[in-house]
Amino acid sequence: MSKIVVVTSGKGGVGKTTTAAAIAAGLAREGQRTVVVDFDVGLRNLDLVLGCERRVVYDFVNVIQGDARLHQALIKDKRVDGLAILPASQTRDKDALTDEGVAQILDALREEFDYVICDSPAGIERGAHLASYHADEAIVVANPEVSSVRDSDRVLGLLASRTRRAELNEEPVKEHLLLSRYDPVRVEKGEMLSVDDVQEILAVDLLGVIPESQAVLNASNAGMPVILDEDSDAGQAYADVVTRFLGGERPHRFLAVERKGIFGRMFGG
Amino acid sequence: MAETVSKRVAAPVFELKGRMATLTVVRLLTTDVSAFAGQLAEKIGEAPRLLRGAPMLLDLEALSSADIDLGAITAVMRDLGAVPVAVRGGGVDAERAAEAGLGLLTADNEAPRREEAPACGATARVVESPVRSGQQIYARGSDLVVLGAVSPGAEVLADGHIHVYGALRGRALAGVQGEPRARIFCTALEAELVSVAGRYQVSDRIDEALRGQPAQVRLDGETLYIEPVCSYRTEYSLNG
Repeated sequence: MSKIVVVTSGKGGVGKTTTAAAIAAGLAREGQRTVVVDFDVGLRNLDLVLGCERRVVYDFVNVIQGDARLHQALIKDKRVDGLAILPASQTRDKDALTDEGVAQILDALREEFDYVICDSPAGIERGAHLASYHADEAIVVANPEVSSVRDSDRVLGLLASRTRRAELNEEPVKEHLLLSRYDPVRVEKGEMLSVDDVQEILAVDLLGVIPESQAVLNASNAGMPVILDEDSDAGQAYADVVTRFLGGERPHRFLAVERKGIFGRMFGG
Repeated sequence: MAETVSKRVAAPVFELKGRMATLTVVRLLTTDVSAFAGQLAEKIGEAPRLLRGAPMLLDLEALSSADIDLGAITAVMRDLGAVPVAVRGGGVDAERAAEAGLGLLTADNEAPRREEAPACGATARVVESPVRSGQQIYARGSDLVVLGAVSPGAEVLADGHIHVYGALRGRALAGVQGEPRARIFCTALEAELVSVAGRYQVSDRIDEALRGQPAQVRLDGETLYIEPVCSYRTEYSLNG
């Protein structure tokens, strides 16, 4: 049974695309046939993060308008077997996405993949709505600061009311919270909300916490999903996230300030 | 002229009033007078203070046959100290009732049953999920109960009371149709705005000491009071 998973947040710049790329790569690495779809028409980024920007010929909008077949637009990832990407169009805007077109493409992708990951644009307008509308599950990415948390709260409300599942009165979209750019030092100083604060406000199952990490920027610049950087804290945190997402259990890591000293080095992760 | 004088002199000696009263209903399941007498005596023996002298309504609706000796039944009841006052059902007409010294209660005399009552006292609307930023929930014609939190940027409204069992961080407006007796109750007051019947207060003006505490909001005259839910608690502990 294939699943459509939207990665969304409301606010921009919190790490949606990084997360979509990392989770898609992680799922594929676990043997799940996975496609990741960039819904950010006009502000295409996912191809960069996945390092396939030079191989884009056709895009999402071309397929919707019938200029290309779905298979011509899908790009297979060279590093991870079973991972494909459907890039967004850079020259168009969100109005180029039609309700029926999106529905048709997602249905077609469902046939061939175990997971269809939709990388939502920021905001709550048309693009974000279309990315979330067909979702079975949602990963809501938030940063530990009030404006991001409030936007996530808003998005969670929309997931509960304006998705296909909500409109058809089906079982609601399964919601997961992913807290990214988490910095325990700043949390300790009171400059950032803690995991507990955020969970208290959002009341959603916590899928994982990704620490603020230089590795994310490095990976993104290199065009590689950070999950493939297995030595990095962020890469390991995303690997934990994928395991949890597939039903496995992993303790949450990178929540406490890393202490200097032998014990800190041994147990601090 | 004489008429007006006589009217002035004759001050009213009684008033007629319609009143709801509670009657013990004796729902007859048999026409057998002696069996009834035996069991009624037993019942009155069990609770003499409650049943002796109590006005009773004879209900014949459960009987399949209308062939019943009303006079005998009422005689038995009066002998045992009960006071039968009226009868209903069983096809008894006013004449037969009068013969037995009873009033006749028809369906018209009775108050409407609960389930037929109009929706004015409707059951509260219960919301089990958290109310998220940007969501608006209005309990029209009833109270609103929210089991989760009300997020900042969310709005809950009710014609009646509002109860929030999670933290109240958004806006809450009770009595939006103008009911001044409506109140807001919450377990943790962190609201952006609270309002009762159009009188409102923004969070800036809410007492800091109440922030995050269980609180209620009520209207007294023109003044909106935001206060702890259990204002009696300190007094209580002094006494006890």
